[in-house]
Amino acid sequence: MRQWPLVLLGFVAIAAWPLLTNDVFLQRLGALVLLAAISASAWNLLGGYAGQVSIGHSVYFGAGAYASLVCFTQFGWPPIAGAPVGMLVAMLIAAVVGTPTFRLRGHYFSMATIAAAELARILAANVPVLGAAVGLMGPPVPRSLADLSFISPIPYHYLFLAVLTLLLALTWQMQRSKMGFYLAAIRGGDRAARSLGVPVLRYKLYALLLSAAFTALAGSLYAVMIGFVDPDSGLGILISVKMVIVAALGGAGTLFGPLVGAIILIPLEETTNALFGGSGTGITFIIYGAIIVLIARFRPGGMADLWRAITAKGRRRAA
Amino acid sequence: MILLQVVVSGLLMGAVYALFSSGLTLIWGMMNVVNFAHGDFVMLAMYAAFFAYTLLHLGPAVFIPGAAVLLFVLGVVVYLGLVRHVARGPMLGQILGTFGLALVLRYAAFWAFSANFVSLPDTLVGGTFDLWGLRIEASRLLGGVLALIITIGMHLVLTRTMLGSRLLAVAEDRQAAMLMGIRPDRMQALAWGVGAASTGVAGALIALFFYISPTVGESLALVAFVVVCLGGFGSVPGALIAGLGIGVIQALSAYLIGAVYQDVVVFALFLVVLWVRPQGLMGTA
Repeated sequence: MRQWPLVLLGFVAIAAWPLLTNDVFLQRLGALVLLAAISASAWNLLGGYAGQVSIGHSVYFGAGAYASLVCFTQFGWPPIAGAPVGMLVAMLIAAVVGTPTFRLRGHYFSMATIAAAELARILAANVPVLGAAVGLMGPPVPRSLADLSFISPIPYHYLFLAVLTLLLALTWQMQRSKMGFYLAAIRGGDRAARSLGVPVLRYKLYALLLSAAFTALAGSLYAVMIGFVDPDSGLGILISVKMVIVAALGGAGTLFGPLVGAIILIPLEETTNALFGGSGTGITFIIYGAIIVLIARFRPGGMADLWRAITAKGRRRAA
Repeated sequence: MILLQVVVSGLLMGAVYALFSSGLTLIWGMMNVVNFAHGDFVMLAMYAAFFAYTLLHLGPAVFIPGAAVLLFVLGVVVYLGLVRHVARGPMLGQILGTFGLALVLRYAAFWAFSANFVSLPDTLVGGTFDLWGLRIEASRLLGGVLALIITIGMHLVLTRTMLGSRLLAVAEDRQAAMLMGIRPDRMQALAWGVGAASTGVAGALIALFFYISPTVGESLALVAFVVVCLGGFGSVPGALIAGLGIGVIQALSAYLIGAVYQDVVVFALFLVVLWVRPQGLMGTA
């Protein structure tokens, strides 16, 4: 990897971010960027590397968020202890729902994921243990350190940074391994990959299981930080859409694409929310929509593609 | 008797589903692109009907064709400005293109028209009457019958006219159609126009008896996906039968299990069908 110095610089900058400012809004922004980067990087494993565009990843995010808060409300566990439960539940859902869905290609796959997610949202809104339409709350006051309930966003920043680093390291390993090449072949086309001897369904499933587990972890981290989940904030279609947009803007199927996408989009979202208040969400999604239309129309490869084009031009000029 | 009542109202709603789903299946069959904004086109048509009535005092006889024309233009513009460019690119671009459009339309509607539900007055298409012991709302009857006629008309145009043959030729084989002197671009723009116009009529019809809100398109889009998958991709008769079927299934499950679960039943059915027969119930592999 030639870009090691750049990566190291980026890491140091992100790690130092909350210490450089006293503004809580900016500190919180850093944590939110990292959280969005985690869920988008998790989506990227399946949607980017394997090219299976899921618009239903809210199911796994919701599994994590709900598992954390159900474990708290039912058993009194600290919410973070529910994270492994959520990851297991998400992987179970992935195995059950994913296996038949993977026989579908392209658009059909995307539509099936939307339908499955909507199904989950409507069901969750009608199950009392899951708080029905009202939602679930985390511990109102921290009982111990294990509740990970802090007023300052800084501890969350480092927790999320650790998880993101782990996830990206795993992704990097995966990208260089046999699985990385298999997934690239699958992205190029099911039939072609199969004719090369790639076990297509099995590797799609591996990618989904990994992706679902980390998306669920992102959901749990969200629940730990925010301390609240309801059908819309845990399972709404916009949760899925956000993962797709963040990853696609930065560059789907690239290691740092989702992080770059999050660095661009989340500050934009938080600023419009802060400027326009409650109606801000609406404007945020108009902007989101416009951005993905523009990406689709002019640069389906996202920022990563733009970056490659620019550096290639620079190198040609230097030569 | 109540059951029959439920089935009839399901069929009337189903005919409207069939109409806008035919538009989706036409676009899909023509170029293998899914319009994720299809439901939001219906939503726009509903608002167009609402504002034509409240602001311009126009009646259904004017605003139904008016919405069709408006959406036809929108469909052509979307094709020329966006879809034409993404259709041959990577899958992610195709999905994001129309999905982004859906977000823009939906949240622009939120912003412009607010999240409040609105509706046209019940009296616009006169009240309720009894027919062989069934109570039927005139607005739903008008919607169902008109939708049925237009859907069948669309099928006849596609299968019995020169224009229909040209459209199908492009769907079948773009290169061969070009060799026959057909311009694929023009035909595909037309398909998008007609597909969107079907949402225009359907939206104006639904607005006669249904509430209108910025998010109403979301569930309608999912219904259209279900109908198209069940009926087979690109098949208008398939969409007609599946649309009527989904209307009845929805009405029955709302009556028997509860209104909350009507969509649950439809989506679950959709997933099962996709898993068992990915080419659709009536489609070929």
